[in-house]
Amino acid sequence: MSELGHLKDKIAVVGVGNTPYGNFPEIDDYGLGARAFRAALADCGLEKSRIDGLLVCRIPYYARMGEVLGISPRWTIPLPPHGRMSAMGIIEAMAALNAGLCNYVALIYANIGRSRRVNYGGEESPNVWDPWGYTSPGAAHAMMFRRHMAKYGTTTRQLAEVSVAVRHHATLNPDAVMRSPITIDDHENARPIVLPLRLLDYCLINDGAVSLILTTKERARDLKKPPVLISGVGAKEAFARASIPNFDLDFWYGEVREAANAAYDMAGIGPADVDALMCYDNFSPTILFSLEGLGHCPRGESGRFVEGGTLKLGGKLPTNTDGGHLSNSYMQGWALNVEAVRQLRGECGRRQVPDCAVVQFAATTPCSRSLIYTRG
Amino acid sequence: MSNAYAKPLPKIDLLNRPFWEHAKAGRLAVQRCTGCGHRHMPPSPVCPTCLGENQDWEVVSGRGRLVSWVTFHRAYWGGFGADVPYDVCMVELDEGPILVSNLVGAGQDKAAVGAAVSVLFEPVTPEITLPKFRLVE
Repeated sequence: MSELGHLKDKIAVVGVGNTPYGNFPEIDDYGLGARAFRAALADCGLEKSRIDGLLVCRIPYYARMGEVLGISPRWTIPLPPHGRMSAMGIIEAMAALNAGLCNYVALIYANIGRSRRVNYGGEESPNVWDPWGYTSPGAAHAMMFRRHMAKYGTTTRQLAEVSVAVRHHATLNPDAVMRSPITIDDHENARPIVLPLRLLDYCLINDGAVSLILTTKERARDLKKPPVLISGVGAKEAFARASIPNFDLDFWYGEVREAANAAYDMAGIGPADVDALMCYDNFSPTILFSLEGLGHCPRGESGRFVEGGTLKLGGKLPTNTDGGHLSNSYMQGWALNVEAVRQLRGECGRRQVPDCAVVQFAATTPCSRSLIYTRG
Repeated sequence: MSNAYAKPLPKIDLLNRPFWEHAKAGRLAVQRCTGCGHRHMPPSPVCPTCLGENQDWEVVSGRGRLVSWVTFHRAYWGGFGADVPYDVCMVELDEGPILVSNLVGAGQDKAAVGAAVSVLFEPVTPEITLPKFRLVE
């Protein structure tokens, strides 16, 4: 019996919106956030005065966001600019709606890292290991992928399958930043950044914003589009080695498994029922680690599992159908949740997964999360 | 000889000072809880196992195993510009804690997850000596 079973299908995503993605030095976080919010409102047909909950992520000051939007909600949560926050925020909004703390929550994420030249390493993120030249989340994932190679025989050509599949999806997404197809050889010959990872293993850094509007299933009935329901959620942190940021000896296998199983139990489904996976892909190895923890393949076999286009549309498990962080946009999980909603609504055009009824979101990070979305 | 050391230096505080004093004297030390015996790095204001306040520093063998290693081809600080590509390793000490450091010396092509390593000390300024690791034959 699922501990969270009482929350199954209670809360719906009713509106989604995003800005264009790219390099926008002339717009600030609030301007981007406002555009995404306006798009999400239009998507669900709700008046902005009805929004009585606000959750912001990577927005400098939540109250300024409220001022810009002309809203004064009765529930507000600001989240830090960390990549792992999207499903954490969605689960918090779900709990607040279920508790009656608010009736309609707007979640807004904005990122201006491209135009402001954010590096994700070095002086901007000081760490205890700086004297040895160790910095950046990419280096932590390179450390983990080296271990995966040693432990399970995974190869960089198998890793390339991840980048190639996700890029293929970006070529089908008019919003995506990177729209030229790549090959396994392109991946193998890309500029080394922190070996064993190369440029095409790294997410993009671009500007943009995303917004989602959530409400209860009952309230969702009055809105413009069919609701997408949150059918399962699961969570597990791994803080024991937080001083080596973004690193886990076992690729968060146990935590992802625990989070995924909680979400599966709550939704009453299993991995085989998932029609599409939206997988936090800060770096390509994260998708391999996720596939194992989520139970889509046995532990250690993700490299073999992804060979031959498994993750591509038409493959066994279409993954990151918008192009993900690697090729669509670095919206730190938020855009992947929007894509989950659009897939379930059948709005994805050339990249639509046929008969898409169950979409899984997963973030394999020190705060691992799994969500299951279904059609309402 | 230039006095300008261009790479990042540790920020020494009350908590980590003993680590750097031991390193300067050519010893590798880790924080150890005098209550429950748990060893941890980096140092912690209370023991993460028993939450005790009484902690000490223990000189360890300097031996361990490679958890992993990577090669930086990008210099995130100007001071590392002349070093790229350079190797960073993660070492699990025989006594338990995991450290991030540099893998130096001959035989790096023999690096493998689980390979035995041992510490060496590299003075970089009059105050700071960095513990680094090399592969053990």
